[in-house]
Amino acid sequence: MATNPMHQFNVHKIGPEIKIGGIDLSFTNASLFMLFSAILILLFLLFGTKEKKIVPGKIQLISEMLYGFVAKMISDTAGKKAKPYFPFIFSLFIFILFCNMIGMLPYSFTVTSHIIVTLAFAVFIFVGVTILGFAIHGFKYLKIFVPSGVPIVLLPIIMIIEIISYLSRPISLSVRLFANMMAGHTMLKVFGGFVISLGLVAGWLPLTFSIALTGLEILVAFLQAYVFAILTCIYLNDALNLHH
Amino acid sequence: MELEAAKMIGAGLAAIALAGAGVGIGLIFGNYLSGAMRNPSAAQKQFPNLLLGFALAEATGLFGLVVALIILFAF
Repeated sequence: MATNPMHQFNVHKIGPEIKIGGIDLSFTNASLFMLFSAILILLFLLFGTKEKKIVPGKIQLISEMLYGFVAKMISDTAGKKAKPYFPFIFSLFIFILFCNMIGMLPYSFTVTSHIIVTLAFAVFIFVGVTILGFAIHGFKYLKIFVPSGVPIVLLPIIMIIEIISYLSRPISLSVRLFANMMAGHTMLKVFGGFVISLGLVAGWLPLTFSIALTGLEILVAFLQAYVFAILTCIYLNDALNLHH
Repeated sequence: MELEAAKMIGAGLAAIALAGAGVGIGLIFGNYLSGAMRNPSAAQKQFPNLLLGFALAEATGLFGLVVALIILFAF
């Protein structure tokens, strides 16, 4: 094997070391690619909404499609009450989507393949949704742990299961995105290593496989951003419309 | 047993979790197809649910893969 397939996930510093109170705040390649995708989103949406034509151009069409896609997703899963949270879900979805897609470019860095990034997103969502639930429903929000129509004998067990499943939400949400990204990129690099080590004679087989995998990974990159956003909508729905 | 060998065996055992993901993804796509064959007009509407189910099922297998990688690289 030419290089370690985990080498692509190395975070290294760019520029001088900045330390504030013992916390390392240096500019790394992870921050560079986050900044890069944020700027790309900004430019894309600015150009998309600059001239509001009745017959839209290509960029305007794509940005309008993205808007419609996310708006439909929110209204389908969380109902009309979730309309004020559209900007949050939209920026979350589009940021994860762009990070994943930029990660698919060769020699780039996938920000979402680091658990600290996805865990920060997920914990933010979890804490936000919990605060929202208590703010709207008060202590009635605890009813989320008591599903209706359960026999009274089973209730203690069900309640414990519900509480554990509620508390494991940030972990499952973050690990899903991180594991998909990391596993996919590791797999691509491993097959790339096979192409090199098998050489001209049999290297064509892993090469074709690797091309097919790249297609799959682009699908997964979109899908995981979608799943992250739709699960956020589902959690939001639980907090907004308490229907248990 | 040496620690290094035990790590390798443990990582291999953790990767068995991917078998479950394979079964899950197969079930999802199989059931979607059989449902779509019976009622093609309703199939398009359930496509987002198919993708959601696919991603959720794949993720459970990847949790096992993460355990394997943690054993190999983090300890």
